[in-house]
Amino acid sequence: MSVQSNVEVHSEWGIVSARQAGRNLAKELGFGGVDQARFTTAISELARNIYLYAEQGEIIIETVENSRITGVQRGLKITARDRGPGIKSIREVMEDGYTTSGGLGAGLPGVKRLMDEFDIDSVTGEGTEITAIKWLR
Amino acid sequence: MRIPILKLKNYLLISVQVDLDDQTALQFQEDLLNKIHQEGSFGVVIDLTSVEMIDSFIAKVLGDVVEMSNLMGAKVVLTGIQPGVAITLIDMGIVLDEVPTALDLEQGLDKLQQELEA
Ligand SMILES: Nc1ncnc2c1ncn2[C@@H]1O[C@H](COP(=O)(O)OP(=O)(O)O)[C@@H](O)[C@H]1O
Ligand SMILES: [Mg+2]
Repeated sequence: MSVQSNVEVHSEWGIVSARQAGRNLAKELGFGGVDQARFTTAISELARNIYLYAEQGEIIIETVENSRITGVQRGLKITARDRGPGIKSIREVMEDGYTTSGGLGAGLPGVKRLMDEFDIDSVTGEGTEITAIKWLR
Repeated sequence: MRIPILKLKNYLLISVQVDLDDQTALQFQEDLLNKIHQEGSFGVVIDLTSVEMIDSFIAKVLGDVVEMSNLMGAKVVLTGIQPGVAITLIDMGIVLDEVPTALDLEQGLDKLQQELEA
């Protein structure tokens, strides 16, 4: 069975709700303390980017499974979706320190390192969808 | 939400008991600088034992508050950073440059005393 949580992000409080939802699911699934922190931080970064750059969007958190020879591997997937301005150069935004808002520019490259799988799909003028998965170890 | 700032002699002590949201973090930045100015404090210990997550925004606010306090002549020590928080910050490549840290409040105060006497 897959568990899912959807959070609308259109204010700062959406950022807080998204990371709380993320922490609860990570705990429930049995993530250790360090991976809980990694997962929650990744959600916080993606939710803040939606709020800052697209004004509104949503964060979906769901359980995912992967069949392996060693058994079924379980994990949590984040989908961050918005209909904002989109990202012109994905290569550029994935560089450490790249920011258009005076931030640290550590968000997207950070999320990629915190999670096990990471993918950006963005069309200028249409929006951005970022997905990332953390597998349970 | 406001984070309480306690005064102990020439020091200020802060124990952050909530997961920091943006407004609370920015309000705290302002409150702390005002308090340092009012009290003429030499040192500040910010205890983060109860903080379960620090993302790049909160990290920037914390780094800035340390730098601003230094400018005002007060040394800041961060204490009680959880393992998950420390690991996450390193994973993200965020370095809290030259910010003194200690295990807990007591050691934080010791560290301040050493730094101020040096
Ligand atoms: N959802 C988004 N829509 C449009 N642009 C985005 C989005 N997320 C990130 N960006 C762009 O990518 C840059 C880098 O993002 P990030 O790594 O999180 O650093 P920061 O938020 O500190 O600038 C941002 O400054 C912004 O220009
Ligand atoms: Mg960001």
